[in-house]
Amino acid sequence: MLEVKNLCVSVDGNEILKGINLTVNAGEIHAIMGPNGSGKSTLSKVIAGHPSYEVTSGEINFDINRQKTNLLELEPDIRAKEGVFLAFQYPINVPGITNYDFLKTSFNSVCEYQGAPKLEDSDFRNFLNEKMKYVEMNPQFLSRPVNEGFSGGEKKRNEILQMAVLNPRLALLDETDSGLDIDALKIVSGGINKIHNKNNAVILVTHYQRLLDYIVPDYVHILSEGKIVKTGDKNLALELEKGGYEGVLN
Amino acid sequence: MSSTSIDKEYKYGFTTDIDVDQLAKGLNEDVIRKISSLKNEPEWMLKHRLKSFKIWQKMTEPQWAQVNYEPIDYQDICYYSAPKSYVGVNADGEKPKNLEDLDPELLKTFEKLGISVNEQKRISGVAVDMVFDSVSVGTTNKEILDKYGVIFCSISEAIQKYPDLVKKYYGSVVPATDNFYAALNGAVFTDGSFCYIPKGVKCPIDLSTYFRINAEETGQFERTLLIAEEGSYVNYLEGCTAPMRDTNQLHAAVVELVALENAEIKYSTVQNWYTGDKEGRGGIYNFVTKRGKCLGKNSKISWTQVESGSAITWKYPSVILQGDNSQGFFYSVALTHDYMQADTGTKMIHVGKNTKSTIISKGISADKSSNVYRGQVKIMPSAEGARNYSQCDSMLVGDMCNASTVPYIEVKNKSAVLEHEASTSRLSEDQLFYLQSRGMSLEESISMLVNGFCKEVFKQLPLEFSVEAVKLIEMKLENSVG
Repeated sequence: MLEVKNLCVSVDGNEILKGINLTVNAGEIHAIMGPNGSGKSTLSKVIAGHPSYEVTSGEINFDINRQKTNLLELEPDIRAKEGVFLAFQYPINVPGITNYDFLKTSFNSVCEYQGAPKLEDSDFRNFLNEKMKYVEMNPQFLSRPVNEGFSGGEKKRNEILQMAVLNPRLALLDETDSGLDIDALKIVSGGINKIHNKNNAVILVTHYQRLLDYIVPDYVHILSEGKIVKTGDKNLALELEKGGYEGVLN
Repeated sequence: MSSTSIDKEYKYGFTTDIDVDQLAKGLNEDVIRKISSLKNEPEWMLKHRLKSFKIWQKMTEPQWAQVNYEPIDYQDICYYSAPKSYVGVNADGEKPKNLEDLDPELLKTFEKLGISVNEQKRISGVAVDMVFDSVSVGTTNKEILDKYGVIFCSISEAIQKYPDLVKKYYGSVVPATDNFYAALNGAVFTDGSFCYIPKGVKCPIDLSTYFRINAEETGQFERTLLIAEEGSYVNYLEGCTAPMRDTNQLHAAVVELVALENAEIKYSTVQNWYTGDKEGRGGIYNFVTKRGKCLGKNSKISWTQVESGSAITWKYPSVILQGDNSQGFFYSVALTHDYMQADTGTKMIHVGKNTKSTIISKGISADKSSNVYRGQVKIMPSAEGARNYSQCDSMLVGDMCNASTVPYIEVKNKSAVLEHEASTSRLSEDQLFYLQSRGMSLEESISMLVNGFCKEVFKQLPLEFSVEAVKLIEMKLENSVG
C-alpha cells in the first residue's frame, strides 16, 4: 500500500531524513520509535504533505485504485482525499469554527472527491454519534470551536474522532499517546483498534512502549539520525524499554 | 503561491465611456456656486456650502492617522462630473420617472456591477439608489416605499422636496466644523442618498445605495442623511466600486444617521473601491466621516462594515448615545493587502443613562499592508450606568505586514463598566496544512479560517451581503497565501 524509497528530506538546508526505506501493507501496524530529533515526526509530515519540508530525493508511492502513485506530486488535501490521514502531535486551533462544522466540511469534501454521496445534517449527526462512541466523546464537543480550550487529552481524542470520520486507508499517528493519562490512553488506543482493520494500515510514531501494550504492532522500526537502523517485531520495543537506544543499537 | 494578480481579478475595474458635463479642476467660491446652481439648490443650501468652505479653508488635514501619502492638491481635482445624458432634478425636484429612460451606457454599467435596473424592478427585496460620480442617476422600487410613506431619494431631490426635514437634520450629527474632510464635503458634496422612515414604520424592504466613481481625476463627495422616526426600523446597505487608474482619487463622504425614540438603524457597508496595483500605484483615498446619533430613548444604531478596498482608508463610523438606554454597535472586518493602508475604527460617545456600546473589530493584514484599529470610548459625566464591550482582533498573513490596535478610553462617570479584549494571531502554514490534511482544498481552508475569524461580524450582515463579503475576502487572500 505504501512504499517509501530512499527518501531524503531537508528543512532550511538541514538534512533530516537521509534515505528512508519503508514498506507498509494493508492490515499492518507499524511503530516508529527513535530518540528526539531522529526525524520521526518529519517522516509522517512529509507523507501527509507539509509544505515546509523539501524532498531532495526518493519516492513515496501509495496505491490509488491499485496503481502505484507518487504522493509527492499530490497536494495535501488530495492525499487526504485519497485516504492518507495524519493525527497531529500538536493539533491546531480553528477559532470560530465549531467541531461539528469542521467535521462535516471535511467529511463532505472527501465524499465529494470520492464520488460518494454527501451527508446532510440529520444523517451526518447519526453517523457522527456512532463515531463519537469510539473515543467516548461528549456531544458538547461538537458545538465548541475546533481544539480551542481543549485539554491535551481532548485534542488527541478529537484527532482520533476525525480519523474515525474520514476512515483513512493509511493513518499516521504522530505521538498520539503523548500527554495522555492512563485512562485517556486506553480510550484513544481503543478507538484506534476499532478503526483498524485488514484494509487499512497504521503507522504509530511514539516514544513509549506503553502505547504498544494497547495497540500491538506487526513491525517496530528504530529511526536514528534520519535512517531506519533496526526493524523487528513487538519485542524490539520491549528490548528498547529495557536497554534504551544505546543498548539496542550497539 | 498563486501568480494571478489581484488587478486582474478586480472585476469592477472597467471604465464607462460616456460623455460628461464636468467642471474645470479647482476649488473656489465660484465652483461651489456653480455646483449649487447646477443642482437648482435653494439659497439656504448655498449658504451652508459657503460657510463650510470658509471653515475648511482655515483647517488643516488631520495628521494623526497611521497612513502615508503624498500631499493632495485640492486644486487639481474636479469637483463635479455627471453624464451628459443625465437629467437632473428640475425646479420642482422631479427626476425622470422611468428608469428605463436612463442612458443605456449607465444601465449597462450598473448591470455589469450586478445591479440590473430591470431586475431590480422585479426583485422587491431591496430598493437601490445608484450614484454615478457626482449624481444619483436613479432609485428603484419607489412604489413599494411610497405605500409606507418611506422617503428614499437622492439628497439633491430631498433638498428641494423636503427642505424642512433636511434643514432640521443636515449637519446635526456631523457639523462642518467636525473635521477637515467633513468641511470639504459640506462645501462641495454633489449627491448621495436621503432616507426618511416615518413614525412606527418597519421599512418593508432593505434600502441600498451603490456608489460608483467613473470619471478620471474626479473626487466623489457624497452626502447621506438617514432619519428614523420614533419606533421605526430600517436596514440600509451600501456598496462601492471604481475603475482601475494609476492616479489616486479622493472619496470624502459624510453619512449622518438620526434615530429617534425606540428606532433602530442597521447600516452595512461592503467597501470595495479600487486598491491600487501591486506596486501601490493608484487606488482610492477613502476619507469618510460616518456618524449616527441615538437621539431618542431606547434607540439603536449599528454599523457593520467590510472594508476590503481603497488604497487608504480613514474611517471611523461612530455613535453618539444621547438617549437614555440607547445602544450603539460597531462590527468591522478590515482587510488590507499589497500596499494598502487602513486606519479605521469607531467612536462611542456615551451621554445618556444606561447606554451600551459594543465594538467588534477584525483586522486582516497581508503582504506589505498596514492595518490599524483606532477606537474611542468616551463616557460623559451624565452617562450613569454606561457599559462598553470592545474586542479587537488582528490576523497577520505573511511577515511583511503590520497590524496595530490603538484604543482611547475616557471615563468621566464612576459607574461605567468597560471591557476591552485584544488579540493578534497569524494565518500560518501550519493552520492551512491542518485543514488541508483533513481533505479541504487550499481555497476551502482559507475560507474556513477567515470565516471563523470574522464570524461575529459576518453574522451581522444580511445573508446575500455576507456571502459576497466572504467571497471577496477569500479571493483577495488567495493571492497573499500559499
